[in-house]
This record gives sequence, C-alpha cells and structure tokens, in this order.
Amino acid sequence: MTVAPQETSTEADILTVAREQVLERGTGLSERQILDVLRLGDDQVPDLLALAHEVRMRWCGPEVEVEGIVSVKTGGCPEDCHFCSQSGRFPTPVRSAWLDIPGLVKAAAETAETGATEFCIVAAVRGPDARLLSQVREGIRAIRESGNDIQIACSLGMLTQEQVDELVEMGVHRYNHNLETARSHFPAVVTTHTWEERWETLRMVREAGMEVCCGGIVGMGENDEQRAEFAAQLADLGPHEVPMNFLIPQPGTPYEHYEVIEGKDALRIVAAFRLAMPRTMLRFAGGRELTLGDLGAEQGMLGGVNAIIVGNYLTNLGRPAEQDLEMLSGLKMPIKALSETI
Amino acid sequence: MTGPARNDSFCVHCGQPADTGHVSCHNSRTALEPPRFCPRCARRMVVQVTPSGWQARCSRHGEASSADAPATN
Repeated sequence: MTVAPQETSTEADILTVAREQVLERGTGLSERQILDVLRLGDDQVPDLLALAHEVRMRWCGPEVEVEGIVSVKTGGCPEDCHFCSQSGRFPTPVRSAWLDIPGLVKAAAETAETGATEFCIVAAVRGPDARLLSQVREGIRAIRESGNDIQIACSLGMLTQEQVDELVEMGVHRYNHNLETARSHFPAVVTTHTWEERWETLRMVREAGMEVCCGGIVGMGENDEQRAEFAAQLADLGPHEVPMNFLIPQPGTPYEHYEVIEGKDALRIVAAFRLAMPRTMLRFAGGRELTLGDLGAEQGMLGGVNAIIVGNYLTNLGRPAEQDLEMLSGLKMPIKALSETI
Repeated sequence: MTGPARNDSFCVHCGQPADTGHVSCHNSRTALEPPRFCPRCARRMVVQVTPSGWQARCSRHGEASSADAPATN
C-alpha cells in the first residue's frame, strides 16, 4: 500500500483530519486513514460516532431506507462460505426449502406493511439456474399483480451477462452480491469461488444499470488491517448500498465457535465505513441484534448507519419490525418514502 | 422460540433429549433461531423464515408456525 503524504495521520488527529476531509469536502478516508480510525481508543469512540453521524446527515440526509428480505431458496448451497448455515457442505441443521409464489407475495406484503420501500428476494445458490429465474420472474409478476409496488431487489449469487439482462428486464432495480470480506481474507472464508468472480458479477450489474448492493460480514477472523482494506475496496467499487452484517456463529459451520465481536468494536467499524464512504447507503443487516443489542443498534443509527433490514432474516430471526420503527421514530429519523425511490 | 417447550421431548435447536438438563441451547443466539428439530421426534424440519414469522414442517408430525408457538424468548 502506498500512502500519499496528505493521507498520513496520527491516532491523535485522525478525527480532525476526517472532519475536514470527509465532512467538509465529502472525500472518503483512505485505507491507511480507515486503519487509524479502527485503532482509536475506546474513549474516542463517542466522538467518532458523532462525526460519522454528522457525515451521514450532511451527505445522505436524515432519511432511513427500510428493507425486508426473504429466502426463496434455502439451504443446499454447493458453495463453502464458512459463515453460512445454508452451505450443503457443512453439517448444519438447515434443510433445503423453496418458497412458493403465494408465500413470496405474502412476504412482500408483510414487508410493505412496515413502510419499507425495498424487498429483496434471496437464494442460497452459486448462481441462478433456469428454474430459479423462472420462480423469481413469476414471483415479481405476482407481487405486482397483488398491487404491491415495493421496489424489488434480488440476491441470487454470481450471474452471467444474460442473467443480468434478464433481471433488468424483470424490473429488478438493485442487485445484492456481497464481497463478504477483504480480498486478502476471502480465501480463508470461501474456497469454492474467488473474490474476483464476485467482483465480475458486480461489474456487470453496474454496467447494466442496476443499483449495486455490496457489503459483507465482520467478525470472521479478519484483523483491523483487513477491515480497513475491505472498506477501501468497497469504496473503490462505489456501491449504492453497503449492508453490514456481524457474524452469528452458526452451528455446524467452521465458524461455529467464533466469538461474537464486541459491540464497541462493531460501532467503531460502522463509523469507519461511513467515513470511508460518506455518500453510500450503509445498512444494518444480520447479526446486529446479537452483537449490539437494542442500545447498540440505536448508537449505530446515530453513528453513520442510514438504512436497516427490519423483521426476520434468511434463516435467523430479527426483532419485530415495530420495534425498529419505534426506534427510528424516537430518533426522529423519517423512513424514506417509496415515491422518492422511483 | 428457544430451547424445549414444556412437555416436549427434544430440544428444537439441537435435537437432543430435552430431559438431559442441557442448557447450551438457552442463549442469546438461539433466541434468534427458529426451531430446527421437531420437539416430538427430533427429526430435522424444513423451515421457512419469512419477514414476520416462520413455518416448520416435520415429515412425521406436520407443520408448526410462529403463530402457534409458545412465547418463550
């Protein structure tokens, strides 16, 4: 890594530098600067969170995008992502399941009822086959026929150009494909495909005009240097949205016995990612309930986060959507309206 | 839903007999887990999580859902 002179900073002044560079000028921190932020002492975390919140308010505004997700195809995945209970390679208790079209319509309706503007259809696959794409196509058509105009995103693994084009034609406006972790750490997390293969799908998605949603999971054994590397790599990608997950150690996976990261570390990472990407939608995703609890989630919303998944996740339960909506109301953060996203 | 409910024979999270006094499944992680094993026979169930609930199906004992699960969290 080459560090330009203007990018150097000391632990003592990184917040001052960030205030001028990120808050005033809207220029995200470099990898080296992100590392400095991640190394701030616990006593500086409140100031860090306050700055990240200012940055979010300045460059993104007070609104929060609310999203619901559902798994259309659960379990039996041929890949070996070490964090995932849906991999068919690990002895986890998750069995394969398909969600039928009425179930998909109902899930979209439940999501819309929360005031969410985004509904993401997710499948545990390496990439979609014809059957899965047909299911998604029928599902989207049925959701629209039900009168639900919620924005639809998909997360169906790695795509070919033809599949990208097909999703655009179906009206999918955003595609999620997480890089999961730093490029240097990825081979320790996944061995059945590469970080570069994921990047290629993201490139095609962007060029096709879909919004790119790309984030990852922290707490998978990566170090601070790799967290900084990951944030910088995401900043290079420039996604519309970055979902931030915190590892939930899943029984039967290689990460079953990993420790959940501490709440203050999770908050520090959230704020660092905000300072790396001042204009990007930063979303609380899986694992926040376990890592941060209720108080920590609120601190995160006041520390750079401006989007949230409400309700349950793919295989884990979240807290009730009403609880998060009450939190946002209490924080006086308006939910982004559907009319503003179309 | 977390751990075995009263009168169940098996833990819904690990499938172990519920009367062995195991406490490992009573934790903050399993509070965020739907049931995975049938409480009556310990078979692995097919589970679908949705935004506001879950449905679980045992090949022998049929379906259960969050709507009729005891609030044990």
